[in-house]
Amino acid sequence: MIRLILPGQLRALARVGSEVELRVEGQATQRSVLDALEAQYPVLRGTLRDYVSKRRRPHLRFFACQEDLSHEPADAPLPHPVASGAEPLIVVAAVAGG
Amino acid sequence: MSGVRVLVGTQKCAFVLTSDGNRQRWELSSPHFVGWEIYHLKGSIADPNRLYASQYNSWFGQLIQRSNDGGETWEPVGNRFVLEGAIGNYEGYDGTPQAWEFKRIWHLEPSLTDPDTIYAGAEDAALFRSTDGGQNWQELRGLRAHHSARRWQPGRTAMCLHTILLDPNNVRRLFIAVMAAGVFRTDDAGETWCPINRGLKSQYIADPNAEVGHCVHSIKMHHTRPRVLFMQKHWDVMRSDNAGESWQEVSGNLPSDFGFAIDVHAHEPETIYVVPIKSESEHFPPEGKLRVYRSRTGGYEWEPLTKGLPQNDCYANVLREAMGVDSLDPCGVYFGTTGGEVYASADGGDTWMLIAQRLPPVHSVEVQTLP
Repeated sequence: MIRLILPGQLRALARVGSEVELRVEGQATQRSVLDALEAQYPVLRGTLRDYVSKRRRPHLRFFACQEDLSHEPADAPLPHPVASGAEPLIVVAAVAGG
Repeated sequence: MSGVRVLVGTQKCAFVLTSDGNRQRWELSSPHFVGWEIYHLKGSIADPNRLYASQYNSWFGQLIQRSNDGGETWEPVGNRFVLEGAIGNYEGYDGTPQAWEFKRIWHLEPSLTDPDTIYAGAEDAALFRSTDGGQNWQELRGLRAHHSARRWQPGRTAMCLHTILLDPNNVRRLFIAVMAAGVFRTDDAGETWCPINRGLKSQYIADPNAEVGHCVHSIKMHHTRPRVLFMQKHWDVMRSDNAGESWQEVSGNLPSDFGFAIDVHAHEPETIYVVPIKSESEHFPPEGKLRVYRSRTGGYEWEPLTKGLPQNDCYANVLREAMGVDSLDPCGVYFGTTGGEVYASADGGDTWMLIAQRLPPVHSVEVQTLP
């Protein structure tokens, strides 16, 4: 299982707790994880990536294993600790004042 | 006893204010959609418990929320807004062509007869419609296909479709306004559109009488006279008596004819309300006095309404969507400010009371009269 941590507003929207567990078919990549997330929680469609282009929304970042994976290709394999469920993939919203 | 529900969209969440028909004691709901900008929320006339809300923030994009119980509970519905056909370009700030893209929904307009049919006005300017309660959205492509669209230019804020009016006598006729292009009308349910800006004069564009390029802030009509339109333009208050074929200025004795909001009395089609704002660079009331101006003659002659409103040190704005009326007798008038206050008058504007304060900046105020 892939462990995913969402920003608070998306947790509220999807009515989930601090961590989501996802079963991903095939290789764990950003794309396959987000596909699985949106399949399990359709309300999140369009919130993490653009509906049409599937590009990551610009004010979000994907972190795991103390690395910023945001600019990795969507089909690049996620680090082994994420794929194995030892570490979570973390979606971080850009900080903002006001 | 009848009642009133006031739907308030703010920069950080939404609220629902309720009162009985006396409109003296108000109850403020807990905030809905905390942390999200609520550009607009509006109820269906056909089913007053059916509400829609446009929920947006720059992190997570656009959501549409729907309530079937008057705002007690909400559920997200469809948020897939896809521009149809050739995307096309408009003229960007630097004069280069900018490809249209969907950014957010500014305005929601439920059908007058079917609670499941609703129109949505988007930034970049585009018109969408849902006929299944907001689950699925289709663009009415004809608007962006108009030959003038490539000459539309964004205002400072955006190039957005912010106003939608439905003709109660003709389901195929809609009016929309685009910042900063002007007003357009369709008589064939959105297939084709014509700009209806004749008579508007805008000194801030190269040709003050141009077919498009006018920064229209809001238009309203009285439901019994849908050929009569009232407009608050960037500068100038205008009216049309022929469904927008031509416009005439009715600013009259207003202390400033700059402003954003305008509305029409529920029972007196020639009684209209505006909130004058000092200027395009000073978005607050002249002299720091928050005054609603009322004309009982369809414009030209205006009277200040001040009783119960702050008459010094007010430096808040009233945005285009932030004014509404109820249909009780006497007519109630409501508006919200960027200072987070909501004011109500239960006597057509003669006296005002503060019904909510210390809210985030108010984007929109819509009013429902309940049986």
